[in-house]
Amino acid sequence: MNKKVIYVKNLVKKFGSFVANDNLSFEVSAGEIFGFLGANGAGKTTTLRILSGLSKPTSGEVNVAGFDAYRQTEQIKKNIGYMCQKFSLYEDLTVKENIVLYGGIYGMSKSLIRERLIDLLAKIHFQEYENRMISDLPLGLRQKLAFSVAVLHEPKIVFLDEPTGGVDPITRRQFWETIYETASRGITVFVTTHYMDEAEYCDRISIMNNGKIVALDTPEKLKKQYNATTIEEVFIKIARP
Amino acid sequence: MIKAIESSGIAKSFGPTKALDDITFSVNESEIFGFIGPDGAGKTTLFRIITTLLLPDKGNMKVLGMDATSDYKELRKNIGYMPGRFSLYQDLSVEENLNFYATVFGTTVKENYDLISDIYSHIEPFRKRLAGKLSGGMKQKLALSCALIHKPRLLVLDEPTTGVDAVSRSEFWDMLSKLHQHNITIIVSTPYMDEAIRCDRVALIQNGKILSVDTPQNIRAGFSRKLFTVKSVEKYKLIKTLRKNPEVLTAYPFGDSIHVTLINDASDNFLLGYLVSEGISDAVIQEAKAGIEDRFLELMEKGIKA
Repeated sequence: MNKKVIYVKNLVKKFGSFVANDNLSFEVSAGEIFGFLGANGAGKTTTLRILSGLSKPTSGEVNVAGFDAYRQTEQIKKNIGYMCQKFSLYEDLTVKENIVLYGGIYGMSKSLIRERLIDLLAKIHFQEYENRMISDLPLGLRQKLAFSVAVLHEPKIVFLDEPTGGVDPITRRQFWETIYETASRGITVFVTTHYMDEAEYCDRISIMNNGKIVALDTPEKLKKQYNATTIEEVFIKIARP
Repeated sequence: MIKAIESSGIAKSFGPTKALDDITFSVNESEIFGFIGPDGAGKTTLFRIITTLLLPDKGNMKVLGMDATSDYKELRKNIGYMPGRFSLYQDLSVEENLNFYATVFGTTVKENYDLISDIYSHIEPFRKRLAGKLSGGMKQKLALSCALIHKPRLLVLDEPTTGVDAVSRSEFWDMLSKLHQHNITIIVSTPYMDEAIRCDRVALIQNGKILSVDTPQNIRAGFSRKLFTVKSVEKYKLIKTLRKNPEVLTAYPFGDSIHVTLINDASDNFLLGYLVSEGISDAVIQEAKAGIEDRFLELMEKGIKA
């Protein structure tokens, strides 16, 4: 039995009369790579904000990393990591300064930050870059560092927004290997993306449309169910029936 | 046949950064030509040179038979350019933006309406709405309408589908295919390999260099080895196990499978037995056709080794 780290039952979120999340139910296990898909305006961002403790549900049950999304939002924030493609590191700080800054924000002790810094630099061969500005690093390296920083405090869940958009094919693959490695350590990876070929890398995916989850399964089963060769086709069939 | 674009030996540096290095290619008239490459490959710099907005350090750029440096005034009248960032007037309405662009180019919306009607009809119900208040998909349709309103002979689209959802992306490519009938040459850039298939020909671009120019079919066919897909539930273990074997040349994650090439193409029989002996008993191995991204990877690796 896999431990559930995200538990959502009958989640409803309304803004006035507008129903952004309409009775969502799903669970995500520890160490799972879960893809959370939907067209622009489908309601993904609303759910994401609730799962990361930034917004409260209107009704329904939501538990993240063992904490309640109504009352324990601060504990939720301490147990998750977040990385998006657009912004994640401060460009005018060095590699080391970024790590120390984020460690501090996560409330880690100085000695723990030091320990992780050394580990991290060794693991991704970053020693020579320790005192370089982020703006001097090639895009691929930045991406890898951003991910390492997002899991610096060993969160239970890391949220990734279009993690490999725009990177070259080799970097992209190295990045997915890092994600696989992280998941194999038991950290749940929650991916939101517009790019359906990124969705193909996930263990399971859900597809949202008009505030509802309309499909949820492994990529392989969804392709079979919708008689499609790619997730892109599945997505288009669902969003434009 | 007259070429819509002839680029020879184009180079451009920004300080120590070589953004473009000896870029040579040509685009035929009324072709959809794609530039496929990651962020930072040089796509936008190249497009800015083609659209006369930036001067090259070296080389020769001929667009629609005119020189991009000396004939820039005449050339600009014949080019429609949709930059990567939404750059219409956010505080003008849909209709006002369109009228503005028509007027700047000395024409009217009425005169060229047939060209944009397919695209503009989607947003016409919102013609009084401010451009800044449109959804991503609608902004994109308005930007395309504005780029087309003076009936350009060459349409230049810089990453038009970045940040747009799969449905709008697919619609967008359908619109481009339809524009074909109007004899407009289209060049379009994208970081997404799967979009190559919607182009007549593509150039793969990386670190300011063109790796290959051909039809998408020929680029895929250029993959030099037999390609196998290997699947197992434990992907991370599978990759590590595959890489340990000296017979395995490359093993890369590709969606729900690992793409594998072998030192000796004919020797895949051993693979299943090897994986089972390493404790991976659910592996499924199939021969597969290489995609654009497989070929891109292969070309990148050759570049690194060379």
